[in-house]
Amino acid sequence: MARRFSVTSQPGFVFLAMLTFFLLYLPVATLVFYSFNAGVSVAIWEGFSLRWYHTAMANEAVQEAALRSAFIAFIAAIIATISATMAAIATTRTPEYPGLTFKYAFINQPLMVPEIVTAVALLIVFSRIKIWTDYSGLGYLIAAHTAFCIPFAYLPIRARLESMDLTLERAAADLYATPFQAFRRITLPLLWPGIIAGFMLAFVTSLDDVVITEFVKSGGQETLPTYMLGQLRRSVTPEINAISTIFLGISVLFVTIFFLISRKKN
Amino acid sequence: MSDAKTAENPSKSANSRKIAVDVQGASKIFGTGADRVAALDNVSVTIAENEFFTLLGPSGCGKTTLLRLIAGFEQPTAGQILLEGQDISSLPPYARPVNTVFQNYALFPHMTVAGNIAFGLEMLGKPKAEIKQTVAAMLKLVRMEDLANRKTSQISGGQQQRVALARALAPRPKVLLLDEPLSALDLKLRKEMQIELKRLQHETGITFIFVTHDQEEALTMSDRIAVMSKGKILQVGSPREIYDHPAERFVANFIGETNFLEGERTKKGVKLANGVELAVSLPEGLAGKSQVTIVIRPEHARLTARAKTGLPGILRHVVFFGTDTHYHVDLDACGEFIVREQNNRGAAPAFKAGDKVSIAIGENAAQMLRD
Ligand SMILES: Nc1ncnc2c1ncn2[C@@H]1O[C@H](COP(=O)(O)OP(=O)(O)O)[C@@H](O)[C@H]1O
Ligand SMILES: [Mg+2]
Repeated sequence: MARRFSVTSQPGFVFLAMLTFFLLYLPVATLVFYSFNAGVSVAIWEGFSLRWYHTAMANEAVQEAALRSAFIAFIAAIIATISATMAAIATTRTPEYPGLTFKYAFINQPLMVPEIVTAVALLIVFSRIKIWTDYSGLGYLIAAHTAFCIPFAYLPIRARLESMDLTLERAAADLYATPFQAFRRITLPLLWPGIIAGFMLAFVTSLDDVVITEFVKSGGQETLPTYMLGQLRRSVTPEINAISTIFLGISVLFVTIFFLISRKKN
Repeated sequence: MSDAKTAENPSKSANSRKIAVDVQGASKIFGTGADRVAALDNVSVTIAENEFFTLLGPSGCGKTTLLRLIAGFEQPTAGQILLEGQDISSLPPYARPVNTVFQNYALFPHMTVAGNIAFGLEMLGKPKAEIKQTVAAMLKLVRMEDLANRKTSQISGGQQQRVALARALAPRPKVLLLDEPLSALDLKLRKEMQIELKRLQHETGITFIFVTHDQEEALTMSDRIAVMSKGKILQVGSPREIYDHPAERFVANFIGETNFLEGERTKKGVKLANGVELAVSLPEGLAGKSQVTIVIRPEHARLTARAKTGLPGILRHVVFFGTDTHYHVDLDACGEFIVREQNNRGAAPAFKAGDKVSIAIGENAAQMLRD
């Protein structure tokens, strides 16, 4: 009897897989490793220390940028999640009509437009608005982040709505629930995992953004990523590794929660 | 033997009671152009209060669509639906005093058994104390008191079925719609639930409209049956009327086994190709054609030794089925005919393959078809 073809049993498979993982994670591992360096070099190991973590935590510019990042990400993710939830309901719970596919593509368009194009466009538009209104607060960054976060929030929410059994909403209507009651008592509770997953994804996406933020921010509006970019232009110490490692930890945490929630059934 | 009589008027029994649901010329068209499907084609039917009414037909014949029109999930393309005399066609589902037991149960997964049963009552704005009382009564009715606080994912299929029933019955709807509620259960559980359903209908006095594609289920449970095919109701009647007096070829074929014989209409009845003339029951709405088909159930005929009366033929096969025996007879000039006879303990069959036999047709056994 011939054995079934299996890619995992091909010669060299294990080696290739290991090599790929190694190359994927080597840079990150190096970065994390040198964040614990006692010396000032990011390439010469001088012993273990939490020195750079202390430095980073005590750095007021880092604190300020981190707080600003979290604030922008939080507000942008909330607005994006609410908009995405409404968009997802509208695109999954209306009977099909000719323009629906087009709208679906339109909502996801920000994923397709090169980020640099969006960044330049926003820079031009916002600079005009700044002149007209004389407002130069965080609103611009929040608006920009909300815009590119919407598709990230939209996708898991839509997926959840699509996999939901439509007869549940029908059963609610059958049991005298008005459309609003059916939404609040049935659809929304079952949608929560999708909404939370969408929020997480939007939050991480916002937290991580450099390109659009770099173009849109006014003076003194550094976020953590743009601050780090600025630091790299000057001197590089393991402080940047420490900040990156903390950042990595937070992102991994959020993405893990996202996976756990979106994998959970009902 | 000579007077041909019309099958009993099937709606006679319904007329003596109040009408619960009155479907008047309802049609439902899905799609347009090449995709156009007439899921329901000018269907009219009246269902009496407190009746166990069954829609029977093969998959795709429009049963679910008719239920959805009554529940309000779909709007009829044409026609009206009356509930106790009132036109409800324009009411949304949540404004209709009609509840549904869904084919997949559709229990709310984030609520307990009791929470599911209470849902309809909460939506109706009933007072807390009354809801509690009703939920307890419903749990008792479907024998689920012990599982009130379980999540619906933690109970078996049969138990989910009971919860779905209790949930739909709790608001005391005027009509309960059941869409193939037993099809997902195994045979033993299905038999149990058939009895359970009859009991529930009896105890609650609610009108049941029950959908099934299982003819045996329809025959054993229903007060009346509507046989559907391709978006139309072909015949409505009691199980006995439908079985003994099928009006169309489809009905005769779909329910039970039967023998078809071709013949010519005469004043007395029908003359077969072998010259034998039979008295027949006539279906409703018979057109005046001369070439007709008649049907005779295998158990409504008897096998005799070759005689002057009856249909002559040669016995070809004898098939033993435990409770009964089937005799396959080649009729002179009329094709094959199957006779079914009950087996008596110890008695060997009186005939063997090759015998010359006659088939005696019971009184009222021959039914003429419309088509
Ligand atoms: N929403 C719909 N869109 C298009 N066609 C439909 C829809 N619902 C039902 N149909 C069609 O209508 C016919 C009757 O369906 P249905 O009422 O579900 O049959 P049954 O319940 O007897 O199996 C089928 O041919 C089905 O394909
Ligand atoms: Mg169906």
